[in-house]
Amino acid sequence: MIKTDILIIGAGPTGLFAVFEAGLLKLKCHLIDALPQPGGQCAEIYPKKPIYDIPAYPEVLAGDLVNNLMKQIEAFEPGFTLGERAETIEKQDDGSFIVTTNKGTKHQAPVVAIAGGLGSFEPRKPQLGNIGDFEDKGVEYIIRDPELYRDMKVAIAGGGDSALDWAIFLADVAKEVSLIHRRNEFRGALDSVEKVEQLTKLGKIRLITPAEVTGLKGKDSLESIEIKKADETFDLQVDHFIPLFGLSPKLGPIANWGLEIEKNAIKVNNALDYQTNIPGIYAIGDVNTYPGKLKLILCGFHEATLMCQSAYQRIFPDKKYILKYTTVSGVDGFDGSRKEAEKAVVKSIS
Amino acid sequence: MSDITIKIKDRDGVVHQVDAPTDMAMNLMEVVRSYELAPEGTIGVCGGMAMCASCQCYVTSDHQLPEMSYDEDLMLAEAFNVKDNSRLGCQIQMTEELNGLEVELAPEV
Repeated sequence: MIKTDILIIGAGPTGLFAVFEAGLLKLKCHLIDALPQPGGQCAEIYPKKPIYDIPAYPEVLAGDLVNNLMKQIEAFEPGFTLGERAETIEKQDDGSFIVTTNKGTKHQAPVVAIAGGLGSFEPRKPQLGNIGDFEDKGVEYIIRDPELYRDMKVAIAGGGDSALDWAIFLADVAKEVSLIHRRNEFRGALDSVEKVEQLTKLGKIRLITPAEVTGLKGKDSLESIEIKKADETFDLQVDHFIPLFGLSPKLGPIANWGLEIEKNAIKVNNALDYQTNIPGIYAIGDVNTYPGKLKLILCGFHEATLMCQSAYQRIFPDKKYILKYTTVSGVDGFDGSRKEAEKAVVKSIS
Repeated sequence: MSDITIKIKDRDGVVHQVDAPTDMAMNLMEVVRSYELAPEGTIGVCGGMAMCASCQCYVTSDHQLPEMSYDEDLMLAEAFNVKDNSRLGCQIQMTEELNGLEVELAPEV
């Protein structure tokens, strides 16, 4: 059982910044995210795109924003459960909550902050009738462990960065890599496209374009895929088929946690502390709704800050506390590090 | 600049006739969201960067639409339920030429 002070569901910018604000209050955080890396949408959908409305950053790439947040919270040693989706929540007699993921990992905390954005990212599955029969039996939508593909015959479908990047990576791991896309052009970064072109010439990637996977065949596990290219249809023997058609967010199991939901978002008390209808469970960032709500990263930062103050009072109802400024008090990391403003050098005039 | 009228068939098959401003730099995806014709979180997921295809729609009137950008074309190449008249709503800016436009939202995936 992982125990922490604030359990944050969703490791996007809002969830990450909450770690910092909690750290200033000496509260420890642990984050759960369905994606295999922190950063949420910023890291998954648009890492290379600029954001122009983060205060004091005239321009920042979404990926850099995430990297900076990770650096800012490093000293507060957050824990991460990545690649797992928060599935169930149970309230304990002592008022704390136990959150269990789809992989069975259990987390306990007196406060839960849902910073889930638009929901957990689920892979978009191609509409092939029997694809469900082969899930985890040769069909994977997310690559969690590349070693699974060592010396295997692998087919990847898709035309974006993840399809290109994984084709490049697996070219050195798998026995055979085929990349199938409906067009000859790819949407990914130019250097990835060039790398795939190079590997194709070297015979390390078999590029099948413009083509589409139209069927899956196998008994107990996947044995081959049916590919349609122009007017020709043929079978390709594979051990694994990895369709990478992007991810779409779904509110998912959180919708069944007894929280008040409105317009696919969780209703919170914005006049006070962004608490939901269940005391001890907060919702911050894009996942919440209240009159006048704006889905902006900067609003998520503000909500995270207020949530932490309220969480502190919930965890330590009798402790006196007063807001401190980092410029005055510095930042004491849980790792023993300390950041503080340089003391002024006083020099006397003689 | 004046408002234009467009017809949007939602994912339940209901047709809505709505007014859209042409002077607010709005695109079709944003018009759909502002009238709440599709649940939040199921349309415009990427915010309008032609990076998710959640705003895919079928253009059913014969309006001359602005040409597809490379980004839009390639995103549609990865989307599902794509037809010859598929476009991404986020890439269609509201202009006076589009008065009377008729579109149908593609199914949610």
